[in-house]
Amino acid sequence: MSNMVNLTINGIAVSVEEDKTILEAAKELHIKIPTLCYHKDLCVAGNCRVCVVEQVGNHKLVASCATPVSEGMEINTNTLKVRNCRKHIIELLLTEHREECTKCYRNGHCELQELSAEYQITNQDFIDLVPDKNYTIDMLSPAIEKDDSKCIRCQRCVRTCAEIQSVGAIAVAHKGSEMKISTFFDRSLDEVVCTNCGQCIVHCPTGALTEKSYVEKVWDAIADPEAHVVVQTAPAVRVGLGEELGLGSGTRVTEKMVSALRRLGFDSVLDTNFTADLTIMEEGTELLTRLKRALVEDDPDVALPMATSCSPGWVKYIEHKYPEYLPNLSTCKSPQQMFGALAKTYYAKNIKVAPENIVSVSIMPCTAKKFEANRPEMKDSGYKDVDFVLTTRELAVMIRQAGIEFEKLNDESFDSIMGIGSGAGVIFGATGGVMEAALRTAYEIVTGREVPFDNLEITPVRGLEGVKEATVKIEGTVKEWDFLEGVELKCAVTNGLENAHQLMEAIKRGDKFYHFIEIMACPGGCLGGGGQPFPVDNEIRLKRMEAIYAEDRDLPIRKSHENPEIIQIYKEFLEKPLSHKSHKLLHTSYVKREQY
Amino acid sequence: MTTTKKQLHRIDLIFKNEDDCKEILRNALSRSDQEIVNEMVNSGLKGRGGAGFPTGLKWKLTAESKEKEKYVICNADEGEPGTFKDREILTRVPHKVLSGMAICAKIIGAQKGYIYLRGEYKFLVPDLKKELRKFHDILDELGLDFRVDIFLGSGAYICGEESALIESMEGKRGEPRNKPPFPSVKGFKGKPTVVNNVETLAHSYTILKFGAKKFRDLGVKDSRGSKVFSVSGDTPIPGIYELELGMTVQDFVDDFSDGDCKAVQVGGASGFLVPRKRFGKTTIGYQGKLTGISLPTGGSMMIFNSSRSMYNVLNNYLDFFEEESCGQCTPCRVGCQQLLKGIKAVKRGEKPTSYLNQLLKLTETMKLTAKCGLGQSVANSFSSIVENFREEMIY
Repeated sequence: MSNMVNLTINGIAVSVEEDKTILEAAKELHIKIPTLCYHKDLCVAGNCRVCVVEQVGNHKLVASCATPVSEGMEINTNTLKVRNCRKHIIELLLTEHREECTKCYRNGHCELQELSAEYQITNQDFIDLVPDKNYTIDMLSPAIEKDDSKCIRCQRCVRTCAEIQSVGAIAVAHKGSEMKISTFFDRSLDEVVCTNCGQCIVHCPTGALTEKSYVEKVWDAIADPEAHVVVQTAPAVRVGLGEELGLGSGTRVTEKMVSALRRLGFDSVLDTNFTADLTIMEEGTELLTRLKRALVEDDPDVALPMATSCSPGWVKYIEHKYPEYLPNLSTCKSPQQMFGALAKTYYAKNIKVAPENIVSVSIMPCTAKKFEANRPEMKDSGYKDVDFVLTTRELAVMIRQAGIEFEKLNDESFDSIMGIGSGAGVIFGATGGVMEAALRTAYEIVTGREVPFDNLEITPVRGLEGVKEATVKIEGTVKEWDFLEGVELKCAVTNGLENAHQLMEAIKRGDKFYHFIEIMACPGGCLGGGGQPFPVDNEIRLKRMEAIYAEDRDLPIRKSHENPEIIQIYKEFLEKPLSHKSHKLLHTSYVKREQY
Repeated sequence: MTTTKKQLHRIDLIFKNEDDCKEILRNALSRSDQEIVNEMVNSGLKGRGGAGFPTGLKWKLTAESKEKEKYVICNADEGEPGTFKDREILTRVPHKVLSGMAICAKIIGAQKGYIYLRGEYKFLVPDLKKELRKFHDILDELGLDFRVDIFLGSGAYICGEESALIESMEGKRGEPRNKPPFPSVKGFKGKPTVVNNVETLAHSYTILKFGAKKFRDLGVKDSRGSKVFSVSGDTPIPGIYELELGMTVQDFVDDFSDGDCKAVQVGGASGFLVPRKRFGKTTIGYQGKLTGISLPTGGSMMIFNSSRSMYNVLNNYLDFFEEESCGQCTPCRVGCQQLLKGIKAVKRGEKPTSYLNQLLKLTETMKLTAKCGLGQSVANSFSSIVENFREEMIY
């Protein structure tokens, strides 16, 4: 335990660890100090200066987020001097900020707006600087919009992109009044290394970074009498949506969500968990095939470790940063895109609707999915496989617009076909989930027995740690897979692209060898995705994670290969994993991209 | 009260071109580190970049750190408008600066030093390199394991702030860091680092040559020694002068103005404007920064005669800061824009004259809340000019 330091804040004595800041010490006393550039996930910047406090004996005010406590320190957080300065700082920020709150996507969810209400900034005395600025709005990306006129230069996005994601698509450019958050040569986010993960959006305090919204397009489709609108919902949405609609973090709202979607007017409410299960069948088989090629056939060209390809942020990251490892990426499409390809083929045939009349919508915890749906190769059904992708937040917008009292809704279940998912499908929403789901199925295929973990819970791959490793020894194989007898299957799981970067470097250096790695672009996996509700920190991520695993525990089917609809689709349509038809509809290829 | 001298004392210590740095270094190497630190502390030398941190204490703090890797950096990013003395020191007596760095390195335990040279001073590089080769030979002869490299800045004013300078050297964007930790604890590459102004290092040479007493005998309480001034503006004799600290602005004006002087800007664009009525009461030195009695300066003294519009002067400074603020912290980035736009609006009648009072309140916030020392001082010129020449802002 570190040493304790005694100080007083507003005359109240407090004793905290020596590595704490004034802000953290104040929190222990339940004294709220306003912040803007500070975020629990990020390193301290200390640049907005909203959190200044008075330190007795120091003529200057100090930034409480950036100042460590010291013995005998006397702090005052609510003096006239402090209040006046804070008010000035908020006023200054507002003069650089295009104030169109009523027309802003973040209206009601904006930290600057909240603060200016708190400090009653009712008249703006200072000169509005916006008219003289050459602000631009970047709307070219299919996933993210960047509006410089709403930016308060707190650099939370810059730190997120660099620290959490190791991408560095956005950085600070220029100085003084020209200082702005920019990209490589000020290109559009669509033309740079941006992975569309949307972590910058969930870390942005204002409306400067938002997802590209397709809410109106979806309303149009629903209103079109010709269109048959199907909707799929990703596993992490059901543990995030509640937050956006006034429920506590980690509330499970699956059945209410289904009933809300039906009331919104979707013709069919289906589950991405179904194609998550399908992914396991395809990807699991792909892994076993690669292992066979490596171990039995001694094929030197087989790429190991095989990496998951469910996370479109990660896929774009590897395309930019590690193109030499593209052969390692599973050729499986993500569950969203598998669903899209099947919606306009298998599903269309089954319900006897012409595929051109199907509008396929997905609800995702993710902004990169918007990009993914727009990838040119995602048209294997002969149409655009997924027409529109909405984030969890956008779904909440629609629910509010429709006047639905979410909490009062009855529980309803998904439509069929493509509406049944197993517990293995649900856990795709948490980091480690794909690995766990794959092991549950692959181990059983190979040995005929369940994975040797209590209640099927493969705990070593669960949790928020940066890199998690697991080794599963394969013993007692069935005849078809006896070449795997005694093999120790080495796996690694990571979340957040900085961790992915570390893992890839270790693999590249030859420090680490794995057979199978699961990588999710966002911290915590999809539950911490760029399309999930604000705010987010590890505490909230953990609550969502608990909800995901509870959802898994409560489902009657917990293994992908036992999902009856999966058995059915292979029987009626796909034949077997990695069949010709699977290859055509469910697998894809990747492209090398530039480094900047 | 600080005592003031009646007559200006021209000093000739810095630019006296002695060729004895080998002797000075040899002598210094024979003394204990403690002895030299004490000598530095006793001399009363304070940082000549303008902030005035006691140099001996800075060395002492850095020497106390147990880290093995340490650095000495000579801050030659002389960017304050109206300051041009470091260029002259580096041109005429670079060996004194280098000797100062070497002695500092010996005391704190650094093997590596850098001269952070203002990008615009690139023309000094060939001569400095020649000087460095000679100097490294001397170090080899004396057996001191220390090397100095030149690092060229890229033209940002803010990189004169020591932590922004370090960031810039690390290949990052030049932005001041949060303090604490100070560079003496975590500086270049996260290691303890002394960052000293060019002139400070040259003075340390003088102190080691003549002893602390000779230095201390110059100047007044809390402002010991001499200082090199860059004199510019409405004077028949612009140039670089080494003067004793503690003079009043009146003494200075008597010597340097042609008789027509309505104000002197002390300390460059981030300094204070002293109007004629305060010449006698204002001394040049380090104490009482906030009482306005004595003013610190990085060396810039700009003389304005009665033909000058103080509005234009201020406009010019604010233009500079609006562009040269690093832009990271709100009070400095937005504050500078508001001050600049504000005086223009008042001049054009778009804002009432009372708006100046509001801006004065804003300057208080900027001084209290900006992240770095430069951000805290950008509004000095505004407040001192508006308070003393309000009518010129309006009419």
